[in-house]
Amino acid sequence: MGADFEVYVHVPFCLRRCGYCDFNTYTASDLGAGASRANYARMAAREMELVYDWQCAYGIAEPAASTVFFGGGTPTVLSPDDLVFLVERIRTLWGIAPGAEITTEANPDTVDETAIDRLAAGGFTRISFGMQSAVPHVLRTLDRTHTPAHVTRGVRAAQAAGLDASVDLIYGAPGESLDDWRTSVRSALDLGVLHLSAYALTVEPTTAMGRRIAAGTLPKPDDDDEAAKYEIVDAMAQAVGLEWYEISNWAAPGHESRHNLGYWRNVDWAGIGPGAHSHYRLPAGGDDGGGGRAVRAWDTLHPRRWGQQINEGQVPFADHESIDPQADLEETIMLGLRLREGLDLQAVQARTGTDLAPVVHALTGDGLVTCTQGRITPTLRGRLLNDTVIQRVFSAVLH
Amino acid sequence: MSQHHNQPGFTDQSLIRNFCIIAHIDHGKSTVADRILQLSGIVPEREMRDRFLDRMDIEQERGITIKSQAVRVPWTFDGVEYTLGMIDTPGHVDFTYEVSRALAACEGAVLLVDATQGIEAQTLSNLYMAIDHDLTIIPVLNKIDLPSAEPDKHAEEIAGLIGCDPADVLRVSGKTGEGVRELLDRIVVEVPAPTGDAQGDARALIFDSVYDSYRGIVTYIRMVDGELRSREKLHMMGVGTTYDPIEIGVISPDMMPTRALGAGEVGYVITGAKDVSQSKVGDTITSAAHPATEPLPGYRDPQPMVYAGLFPIDNAQFPELREALDKLKLNDAALIYEPETSVALGFGFRCGFLGLLHMEIVSERLRREFGLDLISTAPNVPYEVTAEDGTVHRVTNPSEFPDGKIKRIVEPMVAADIITPKEFIGAVMDLCQDHRGIMGTMEYISTDRVEMHYRIPLAEIVFDFFDQLKSRTKGYASLDYHEDGEQAADLVKVDILIQGDKVDAFSAIVHRDKAYSYGVMMTKKLRELIPRQQFEIPIQAAIGSRIIARENIRALRKDVLAKCYGGDITRKRKLLEKQKAGKKRMKMLGHVEVPQEAFVAALATGDSANDRDTKDKIRAAQKSEG
Repeated sequence: MGADFEVYVHVPFCLRRCGYCDFNTYTASDLGAGASRANYARMAAREMELVYDWQCAYGIAEPAASTVFFGGGTPTVLSPDDLVFLVERIRTLWGIAPGAEITTEANPDTVDETAIDRLAAGGFTRISFGMQSAVPHVLRTLDRTHTPAHVTRGVRAAQAAGLDASVDLIYGAPGESLDDWRTSVRSALDLGVLHLSAYALTVEPTTAMGRRIAAGTLPKPDDDDEAAKYEIVDAMAQAVGLEWYEISNWAAPGHESRHNLGYWRNVDWAGIGPGAHSHYRLPAGGDDGGGGRAVRAWDTLHPRRWGQQINEGQVPFADHESIDPQADLEETIMLGLRLREGLDLQAVQARTGTDLAPVVHALTGDGLVTCTQGRITPTLRGRLLNDTVIQRVFSAVLH
Repeated sequence: MSQHHNQPGFTDQSLIRNFCIIAHIDHGKSTVADRILQLSGIVPEREMRDRFLDRMDIEQERGITIKSQAVRVPWTFDGVEYTLGMIDTPGHVDFTYEVSRALAACEGAVLLVDATQGIEAQTLSNLYMAIDHDLTIIPVLNKIDLPSAEPDKHAEEIAGLIGCDPADVLRVSGKTGEGVRELLDRIVVEVPAPTGDAQGDARALIFDSVYDSYRGIVTYIRMVDGELRSREKLHMMGVGTTYDPIEIGVISPDMMPTRALGAGEVGYVITGAKDVSQSKVGDTITSAAHPATEPLPGYRDPQPMVYAGLFPIDNAQFPELREALDKLKLNDAALIYEPETSVALGFGFRCGFLGLLHMEIVSERLRREFGLDLISTAPNVPYEVTAEDGTVHRVTNPSEFPDGKIKRIVEPMVAADIITPKEFIGAVMDLCQDHRGIMGTMEYISTDRVEMHYRIPLAEIVFDFFDQLKSRTKGYASLDYHEDGEQAADLVKVDILIQGDKVDAFSAIVHRDKAYSYGVMMTKKLRELIPRQQFEIPIQAAIGSRIIARENIRALRKDVLAKCYGGDITRKRKLLEKQKAGKKRMKMLGHVEVPQEAFVAALATGDSANDRDTKDKIRAAQKSEG
């Protein structure tokens, strides 16, 4: 392990907050303590240096970054120069591996051709557009400000600039019919994208939408409806040659998001920015007894406090958890079972000493997984009932 | 002053007055009793404990007295010291037999009625029992200090009931003490002295028996004839055991050992018996050396009338449940239990209770005092079921109901007395009719309150009758009932099937007319309570092999979380760990996972079928019956 190293940069700004969103993002442009939109790139770069020094102090020697991902919030509220500047900082500190994947998320109405060209020139290889829907009333329900035309223009520009373009869709918004959903999927695929993410709308109680649903003024998303919509997108994507490779992700072969695959393969990554999570395997043989163990740390959530910590010269970690072998095993199982490449049975059996044949047999019998070459992969039904599959594997190996 | 003080064991019967107080919950019996103890000087005011006679927490909270006790109270009237034996009586319907024994230990009864509320059904029933025992009744209205008291109105009511002059109804306030001296004087003057044979062979009536963790079994007795001495071997005439008594004494107000107890006196004996079933209420104690030839009349063994299964939610608590029941049994001769295994609920006990309240008290004590998390099955009364081949089965559990054709089923009946303000007569009649009640007579006990008499199957009472009575009469009606024979009835066993498998815990024996509503309600409830699973789950209600109601839990299609990126992993893992822990609280019925909460909620009584869907389904089920 530790062969790959990834860098994630969180940009906690949006022009407006969407009613369903519970991400760590802010619409004010200046949050104090240097955490302003204008100054953000400098703060993030400073954090990278602090993190780099911290890694050295703990003997964590990372290879050159194989992927970089800017997420948010809306990373494209920063100027392309700021984004490129941060890529360069990463290159200076850790290095960027040849052929690395460098992605930014973008709201369709915050990028234009000029910006995209500058990103491409600055080393970006991929843009992921938050399309969400192609149906105006659904976009309204989701508080999105862009129009389907923005999406077309952005994707065309990215393709023209030689970037891989991906679009995100959300299904299950209140009032969205099955036909609305087909329209959205069709529009996305008609753009000729080689990567598609589709997420069931997750309503968090703390969001504006969550409160409206709790108050009964908006209908609650329905699991059966979402299941039907999942089957629709899976079939339609497959029909144009995009295969699922993770539960919510489809791609033409070779165009998977390598950065996200890294999360599911449990590689090391540094998370930069307020609330960002990092994951490291500690070097073996340390005298703290943590040798070979993994640790997950996360940055202080509020940008102002985050900025203060950086100004004081501290890595702005809020807290961390040490992942014991049991938790590590649980993560390996739950993440592996989300992937088309599947869960490596031999590895799990070796770690637990448990024969997985009976549970695999039962899951196969229930049509939830298939098993090939020592790996189990969820079927379509097993993707939809993924928690059930995970729990059944858990109960077979954990006591 | 050299006034004579009566000594226990040496008190002339002519100076003894034994009485009890008959009162409804919350009518102030304990306050008046406390006041009596205080006025007599045996409890100094500063030591007055609130509600001195009620010892157990639950009883205090519920305002009921399960176990009666007896206090020896000195009271001087006209310069002569009298000895009053104040016997506390249990206040609830399930303890009729105990009440009858307490009454048998007295010559007089104080009928204590709340002047703001008037007499209640249980009080009335105990009053009738006291009159049957030829007790002298001293009518008293309490709480006259309250602004809402209506003493004139309720004095009329009481006078009408016992045939006295309304002016003879004493008016007291336990709270202020007003009228309590007069009450004690009246007791001395009106209650007859005991008339037992002081020289005869000893005979003492056990009217209560209590387990005390320090002293063991404390048995409360009323000496009827002769005397018992402290070093004398005792013989229980009913149970047939003999003991060397450890201690004999009186309570005044604490336990006070004495050398003897003489005819007419009330006191206690500590026998060394291990549990209360060896020292039973109603039994007669005599001297082993000079035994009486005849026991006192009225001894019997109360039979459990309500049965239910009690199961620990965590089956690992089964041994603790057994220990807890063993402990309660020390103090509760009426509680019976034997191990029971349920496919759905695991290991538990089938318990027999005197009635519904007895059951509630026991399960609440198990929960509260012993920290046990329990599921109780629906209460069941004992049925006598005759199969077609003529074999007779006593059925206290639906699982004992014989398969195949049934020739005859006999169910226990009760005579129920309900007192209600007259505006609720219609509501009470509807309720009783819904519960297969047959109306007897109805009397006005005052201008605005009636007493209604019904004969109702006990099974109908034990389910949710009392709650419904209260809710349909805005809490004003009161209920009393006692055993009243049995009747043949058209009863059936309704089974509940989950995915085709019978779930024993949900089976019920119900009247054929109620079978549909039970089936529809139970299947609907379970549909709500059981979470969707990977496969479709049919839930059916059946009589024998005939399905009478059906619901479907559709298969779960999706449980996956859409997003699981860097920052989501910890949260997702913790969520899965929580789900995994939750699974441990699931019972597996075949392949179906049923949360424990579903059993608790499904077995809870008191839901009525008022929504439209339920009514439609019941109607449809009945139609299909033809």
